[in-house]
Amino acid sequence: MARFIVRRLGFLVLTVFLSSMIIFWATAVLPGDLATMVLGRYATEQAKAELRHELGLDQPIAAQYGRWLQDFVKGDWGTSVSTDTAVRPVVFQRLRNSLMLASVAFAMYVPLGILLGLIAALRKNTWVDQTISVGSLAFIGLPEFVSGVILITIFAVELGWFPAQSAIAPDSSFVAAFPYLILPAVTVALTSLAYVVRMTRSSTVDVLQMDYVRTANLKGLSPARVLFTHVLRNSLLPTITVVAIGIGWLIGGLIVTEAVYAYPGIGRLLLFAIQRRDLQLIQATALLIVIIYVVANLIADIMYAVLNPRIRYQ
Amino acid sequence: MDAPAASAMSGPGGTATASRPVFEIEGLSIEYTTELGMLPAVRNVSLRVHEHESFGLVGESGSGKSTLAMGAIRYLAANGRVTAGSVRLNGVELLDLSPRQLRALWGSRIGVVYQSPLSALNPSIVIGKQLAEVARQHLGMEHAAALARAEGMLTKVAMPDPGAVMRRYPHQLSGGMLQRCVIAMALMTDPSLLIMDEPTTALDVTTQAVVLDLVAELKREFDSAILYITHDLGVITKICDRVGVMYAGEFMEQAALRELFHQPLHPYTLDLLGCVPHFDPTPQKRSLVTIPGAIPRVDELPLGCIFAPRCRYVEKECHADRPPLVDVTDGHLSACRRWRDVPPPAVHLREATEAVRMAEEGAAAADVLVRAQGTEVHFKGPRGFFRGRTARVIRAVDGVDLDVCVGQTLGVVGESGSGKTTVARAIIGLTPATGGAITLRGRRLPPSTGRRPRATLKEIQMVFQNPDASLNPTRSVGEAISRPLVLLNGLSRQGARARAKELLQAVSLPVSYFDRLPHELSGGEKQRVAIARAFAAEPELILCDEPISSLDVSVQGSLMNLLMKLQVEKSTSYVFISHDLSAVQHLSDAIAVVYLGRVMELGTAVRVLTPPFHPYTEALLSAVPLADPDVVQQPIRLGGSVPSAMDVPPGCRFHPRCPRCLGDVCREQEPPWREGEGDHRLCCHIPLDELARLQAETIVLDAGEGA
Repeated sequence: MARFIVRRLGFLVLTVFLSSMIIFWATAVLPGDLATMVLGRYATEQAKAELRHELGLDQPIAAQYGRWLQDFVKGDWGTSVSTDTAVRPVVFQRLRNSLMLASVAFAMYVPLGILLGLIAALRKNTWVDQTISVGSLAFIGLPEFVSGVILITIFAVELGWFPAQSAIAPDSSFVAAFPYLILPAVTVALTSLAYVVRMTRSSTVDVLQMDYVRTANLKGLSPARVLFTHVLRNSLLPTITVVAIGIGWLIGGLIVTEAVYAYPGIGRLLLFAIQRRDLQLIQATALLIVIIYVVANLIADIMYAVLNPRIRYQ
Repeated sequence: MDAPAASAMSGPGGTATASRPVFEIEGLSIEYTTELGMLPAVRNVSLRVHEHESFGLVGESGSGKSTLAMGAIRYLAANGRVTAGSVRLNGVELLDLSPRQLRALWGSRIGVVYQSPLSALNPSIVIGKQLAEVARQHLGMEHAAALARAEGMLTKVAMPDPGAVMRRYPHQLSGGMLQRCVIAMALMTDPSLLIMDEPTTALDVTTQAVVLDLVAELKREFDSAILYITHDLGVITKICDRVGVMYAGEFMEQAALRELFHQPLHPYTLDLLGCVPHFDPTPQKRSLVTIPGAIPRVDELPLGCIFAPRCRYVEKECHADRPPLVDVTDGHLSACRRWRDVPPPAVHLREATEAVRMAEEGAAAADVLVRAQGTEVHFKGPRGFFRGRTARVIRAVDGVDLDVCVGQTLGVVGESGSGKTTVARAIIGLTPATGGAITLRGRRLPPSTGRRPRATLKEIQMVFQNPDASLNPTRSVGEAISRPLVLLNGLSRQGARARAKELLQAVSLPVSYFDRLPHELSGGEKQRVAIARAFAAEPELILCDEPISSLDVSVQGSLMNLLMKLQVEKSTSYVFISHDLSAVQHLSDAIAVVYLGRVMELGTAVRVLTPPFHPYTEALLSAVPLADPDVVQQPIRLGGSVPSAMDVPPGCRFHPRCPRCLGDVCREQEPPWREGEGDHRLCCHIPLDELARLQAETIVLDAGEGA
């Protein structure tokens, strides 16, 4: 097991390293000159050249990359050009906000999705199953900016139950932010629900047809016991993987939802940074999102291995 | 000419048996609701199983034997239901029980052992817990007591190191050990009825023999009545007291074991017995009995006798109405109205089969077509990405010498993991040999197909075990056969079409199959297509890798006939790979016995199958379940399974499992090749005459005193 984790960690470092190269290269070739952006369009060529030298922009891209990576690892993530503040505290604050949103959404769709998926599998090919499958699929096709607007119209504008905007102060506490988290979390949950439902349903349907479920039934166990001791243990394995991989997306991929609700999360920060051509901010945010993704995948792999004895000992 | 008097309808079981019936099925009918309408899968079936007795339910796939057993204990798919009849276990009517009452019987009074033990056990729960669960459910035991009982039961089924096995997951155990676990699980509550559904079909021959021994022993020790389901007539003889032969959802015949084999009273039984090759180590062979046509679908049953359309002894009256299963002689039941006219098996065999020309003994004059010398296939073993350790070597084939002669069949036998398939793949070049030489008519062949010229590729073709996997599901039968014709024989598309149709006829398939897709064919028909494709290029050698293993006995018989017929017509050479020694001895002129990547014994079929044997050959032979209750086989059993090809034991590689191991010599030194009569050679430390003396009684063909 330890060897398995060490191996996976090795792959993780490799992935992050390659991604960092891509991110750095992509931002370096972005149109627009940093010196011009900082000093304004009418600055003298000499002033710009001096600034470029000072920032190391006149060096070859490989050297620039090396210095940037070194600084990043040391924790010096640079200064944002657009806000003129240190990048790291901003990014971490927004990351915390995204985590808050993600955990509320997670707590909504994971238990519900597993429950609905199980019900659909146990009532396979009945109207219950079809209602659940079609219902959850309908939301997958609905983009967040549509479902978000619909939710806002109904629950904020018409009913007035929740605030329409979630533009909280970035340093709000979880308790203070909670009312603002509900609508965006529902929006996210609706799109993710279908994946969990479908995965749970299909793997449970598969497991119910397995010979060992027949064995369990013919041991004379009650249907509930068969379900809990023999079916769930195996059928939830793929679901857990999907859910764990989903964590990465949940934290780093909420750009649209955060924009719709004006929620100060990391996705919205990335959007802001791109709009402002704020290279330091783009690089740090993008790389952090990559790290979150690969860590989520690592967690998924480890959980799968822990829960599946067939993997564990290989 | 009339059916026996109605009074003979006393039902199965006979009257002479003193013990009481434990399990009684009477007039049971089971239907499935499908898109095609109601399918009457089992119709008006009756049987009785007594205490300590085991009843063998034999039939080909689709005969309804599993449906009967599962339906009788009321475990049916949602679309199946019992429409008529009565099922009693110890006098309790099962069909009247509520689901809760049924669950109290399942696992406590009724134990079930399944075909594939690996899939029958939950992959993510340790063995001990899965066994203990039964005791906790039905015996009201605490966890610790239940675990203790589970371990005790594992000891009873002769499990090595039961304490450690309790903590293992299913994937960590071998097939034979897993089946012991399932059997132990079924016996946890000392059930009245034990249903065994093909419990050894998924196992190796050697493991099968060990498990069959165990079942026979448990039968004496436990009081359970056993309902034993199998398609294998050989296995039946090892376990069963009474046998019922099922066909398309009905019993054709029920009789005591020996009576059924000595004097079957139904033509279907007679045909089934004739489909199985008889163990007969002489070069003179006869074809096998074939049953024309196929099992009818249960929704398209003929009006009269359901076997009449395929029956050799059919009369006009047979088509008129369906004959009932009646007790014709004391306890012997037959559903044939002409049961008096059914000939003895020996007469039937003479009439229904013909002699096949085989190579004469000592036909060493035959030219060598393909010769493998010191052939090695070594793979790199698993190795880590971040660990620099050198990979271990998997010695799948580790120095194999063998000759295939022109127009002859070389049979290759061995357990799974012996490397027999890899040898074949090395000869054809699909898995390139990493050492040694393979020559075709004296010319050395490059190791991989990619570097062999077309003319060479044309000469060697292969038939694989699973036709579903080897035929492209989107290509029609005609395209599959035409492909090598165009590619290797350079025929035009027109020419290929015509030739493909000839080939279809040669493998006894209708020409109309040309445009069919594989999924429209039965398993046997698909394998005929694969054989036709192999013959298309007019090769000199065809490698048959377990080509009949996944098929029903009657289909196996007809395919073996086909292979023999085509060989005589085209004088093609075969390498016939199988774990089934009966099939190998039937088809082969020469036999190579392979163990862990090396040939242990080699020679003409007669020499290999008569003493002196290599101890491994001897063990394989004594493990084959022969379809003859009068044969006495020495119980020589191999423990464990073939070791990993990464850890080849030193000395003689067979020594850790060898029942005749001499000690240090075998452990430390490579055994010498010992030359016997003719081409016979075997690789053992024990001298040939000593082996012959030890093995004189491995198989005794007893003339038998009859029933």
